[in-house]
Amino acid sequence: MRDMTLAAAREALAKREISAVELVDHHISTIEKLDGDINAFITTTPDQARLAAKAADEQLAKGEGGLLCGIPLGVKDLFCTDGTRTTAGSNILRHFVPPYESTVTANLLKQDAVFLGKLNLDEFAMGSTNLTSAFGSVTNPWKRAGDDKKLVPGGSSGGSAAAVASGMVLGATGTDTGGSIRQPASFCGITGVKPTYGRCSRFGTIAFASSLDQAGPMARTLEDCALMLEAMAGFDPKDSTSVDLAVPRYVDALERGVKGLKVGIPEEYRSEDLPAEIQALWEQGIAWLRDAGAETVKVSLPHTKYGLPTYYIAALAEASSNLARYDGVRFGERVPADSLDMMYEATRHAGFGEEVRRRILMGTYVLSSGYYDAYYLRAQKIRTLIQRDFLSAFEKVDVLLTPTAPSAAFAHDEKPTDPVQVYLNDVFTVPASLAGVPALSLPAGLDSKGLPLGLQLIGRYFEEETLFAAGRVMEKAAGFTHRPALFAGSAA
Amino acid sequence: MSLDTRTVRRIAKLARIGLDDQEAEGLRQELDGILGWVEQLNEVDITDVPPMIGTGLAKPRLRVDVVTDGGKREAVLSNAPDRADAFFTVPKVVE
Amino acid sequence: MSYRIEGATGTWEIVVGLEVHAQVISHAKLFSGASATYGGEPNMHVSLIDAGFPGMLPVINAECVAQAVRTGLGLNATIHLESRFDRKNYFYADLPQGYQISQFAHPIVGEGKVLVELSDGTEREIGITRLHLEQDAGKSLHDQDPTRSFIDLNRAGVALMEIVSEPDIRSPEEAGAYLRKLRQILRYIGTCDGNMEEGSMRADVNVSVRKAGEPFRTRCEIKNVNSIRFVMQSIEVEAQRQVEIWEAGGTVDQETRLFDHARGETRSLRSKEDAHDYRYFPDPDLLPLVIEREWVDALRAALPELPEAKRSRLEAQYGVSRYESGVLAAEQTVADFYEQVAKASDPKLAVNWMLGDFFAALNRTGKSIEESPVNASGLSELLALIKDSTINGKIAKEVLEDMFETGESASAIVERKGLRQVTDTGAIESAIRDILAANADKLAEYKSGKDKLFGFFVGQTMKAMKGKGNPALVNELLGKILAE
Repeated sequence: MRDMTLAAAREALAKREISAVELVDHHISTIEKLDGDINAFITTTPDQARLAAKAADEQLAKGEGGLLCGIPLGVKDLFCTDGTRTTAGSNILRHFVPPYESTVTANLLKQDAVFLGKLNLDEFAMGSTNLTSAFGSVTNPWKRAGDDKKLVPGGSSGGSAAAVASGMVLGATGTDTGGSIRQPASFCGITGVKPTYGRCSRFGTIAFASSLDQAGPMARTLEDCALMLEAMAGFDPKDSTSVDLAVPRYVDALERGVKGLKVGIPEEYRSEDLPAEIQALWEQGIAWLRDAGAETVKVSLPHTKYGLPTYYIAALAEASSNLARYDGVRFGERVPADSLDMMYEATRHAGFGEEVRRRILMGTYVLSSGYYDAYYLRAQKIRTLIQRDFLSAFEKVDVLLTPTAPSAAFAHDEKPTDPVQVYLNDVFTVPASLAGVPALSLPAGLDSKGLPLGLQLIGRYFEEETLFAAGRVMEKAAGFTHRPALFAGSAA
Repeated sequence: MSLDTRTVRRIAKLARIGLDDQEAEGLRQELDGILGWVEQLNEVDITDVPPMIGTGLAKPRLRVDVVTDGGKREAVLSNAPDRADAFFTVPKVVE
Repeated sequence: MSYRIEGATGTWEIVVGLEVHAQVISHAKLFSGASATYGGEPNMHVSLIDAGFPGMLPVINAECVAQAVRTGLGLNATIHLESRFDRKNYFYADLPQGYQISQFAHPIVGEGKVLVELSDGTEREIGITRLHLEQDAGKSLHDQDPTRSFIDLNRAGVALMEIVSEPDIRSPEEAGAYLRKLRQILRYIGTCDGNMEEGSMRADVNVSVRKAGEPFRTRCEIKNVNSIRFVMQSIEVEAQRQVEIWEAGGTVDQETRLFDHARGETRSLRSKEDAHDYRYFPDPDLLPLVIEREWVDALRAALPELPEAKRSRLEAQYGVSRYESGVLAAEQTVADFYEQVAKASDPKLAVNWMLGDFFAALNRTGKSIEESPVNASGLSELLALIKDSTINGKIAKEVLEDMFETGESASAIVERKGLRQVTDTGAIESAIRDILAANADKLAEYKSGKDKLFGFFVGQTMKAMKGKGNPALVNELLGKILAE
């Protein structure tokens, strides 16, 4: 049970080799052992989980139960969960208990998944280090060889990535706005999928940047992610940007292979700053796909270099508006004051952390009078150019292969002080977010210090299946079986 | 274009985020840095390029005009930091 | 009709444009499934979407869009098949999301026009700039507690149409006529009840003054005026104020003002210099609103007859005058009532009675036509009794009053009170002879040429017959007897 994938656990449950209660108890005790060091959870719900596991066992005994019946999962604390505190990693929502369930988590519950709790994240999903949570930073379960420094798990879905990597859950939900699933997946040596924008409903998920936010699965393997995504995805009439398309059985696509598949290698993702190890791993990935029968082609995405600044303008403008509702009136924390404006200012100063405040101000500035055209409108036009880059590349190739992040996990105290340097973490993940195309990250190897590195596959709109097929070829070739220092199996 | 602290204060006021003097200067420098960095976007030719609106894949959708919600006052008020009976409250607003 | 302000430095004209906020008639709100019904227990008609809870998302209500399109068609305006919702960002206690979703850059309805009629019978065309959909805010109550304001979100998210006129209005009277016409059209189409007391229609009034031939000067906006009378008054006092400022050598500041009707003045709202940076941008939670040409055509085909068309038809079909058609077509219910009565009795008689005694009785009892104790068939029955000479007009007035009081039918009242008209020539003749005999002196005067006394004899005869004599017969027989 200590190193079981979600898919293997499903099988064992179906065959009644293990019970859901045993499986869930095992994971709860792993959390008890490890989470003091990792801090992946903001809230744990063991009692609810045990009840749900019991119910799952009853169903399994009858040969019934949904796709994820009895599977212990963690939920990023950005998804509202009915009756369970949901904080977005922010002081302002420290005591917020939603009276409603997000569509994504409701979909998972419909498939009888068991939630172990709510996972830590960068405050309001704003960050790529998980150092901005009001509930303390998350520690990456991996350690550098010969170094006990605490490493960041990446972000914003850092709690999700760390919980999966350390074996505290079999899978977790994440959200990805500019790389928040893929980059922490890469830093923690797991797999994460950002589906096409519109594939998973945004209803009930706390918004960061509405035109970019997309939920997705994070798990040990592609098969695990395929199972989770099948449950999470689907049309939702409550989200006007949700797309009405049937959800395929993603697991069926896993073994399709890549014979004849055209894989694009974007020229602009090469850079002299890219560490040689990552460059080499990328070459390795190209070779794996080629060996399996794919054709690799150089492609150009000419507007790549504008991705990051475009992303920050679009995302922060939307965020400044999305976060206006945290005003201390209807929910959330309030700092009392004599006048309405003083109450707003005190509440929002105390309630939001430094990075969130900075981003709100930046977003407010780019929308303020006289600047809308120069910043937000220009950024949305450049998004069109970036989208066109992808569309024309996808006329020539079926998928794109790139590194996920420009570095491996770094230590908490190695975070650059210049915000722009921190933003550069997302350089490879942001363009796909801007265009809304699907992308995934899978662990492809370790660097010289023993830290995991991920590779990213980017696909056409709603062709997640192609990503799973190509990813599976690489997953097999990589044979990534390394486990982090803090792991269920080694913690005892 | 360089940002001054007065502008930072105006923006903070618009965003209703309280600031002390030290923060204002720190933020001025950081925001100035970010603005300098995004200035590279000015080199992109955006003539005749429409702004991106979604992926173009979602279809415009309208809801049927039926009452399906409401009547859940306790849920609506359950997280209120301060309430008076069935109302939310704010510090008195003088009009 | 020109409205002018005579100042010390010359003659000023006023320039007025109106922004009318009209609450859309729909079951549910613009972006949520909560009830849009007015009133209700505080915070009862509220969904978590209206209250701006984290992760809540808007979905557009089709009927609200249809109502906006219908209204646009009623205003002879361009319908935009693609429009968009923007966020208007500002903080206020009763604005839950921290922004209002509104159509700023791309409204659903473009330019149109409204024909208004003034008291001197002249007509003027007022241009419509645009009509757009937006959500209403909640309500703040400031007088419930010494230190706190209370917030009720029942109205938050209810659909509003903002109808913006061109600055074409040149007098308080025109502003009033425009608002009445607009309200009439909205009520006809059924897109807004036009009830200004309940706030389902309110106006922001933009006023400036200038001398003839000048370009526009600075305008002030008077916010949230909630009756037609106050709109007219506020224009008058605001224009006067501006003229005084200009003539004293000052300048008018562009600002938002409030109309204090108790004091009959406008005053500046505390200036919120930063508050007007609304940071509009397209709402990323919504796609552009795209509607089909065929759908618009179907809505157009299903529109009811509009006021102007109805007037022309009433004039042609029933022979009523221009003035009468105006009164009858003011409200659809009045026109419908009239048409029923006209068809069941006599069009001429019907219009005379409705505009005369029937409306007078409604006024007296303070009832609307919908609440009238006498319905169309009741009034038709009464008029039929006049027409077939069962009763005369004078008796009919008495019967109508009785009908309003008791709710009984006309014929029941006539029977109960024995009001049938006397057409027995013998009875009438004997009554006439009694009167002439009792008034020998007057008879002598008549015979000596004082013709006017004929009316006196008719009156006396009718009085003696308790009003039941058939007036035509009384006249005819009296003439005959006097000529003997």
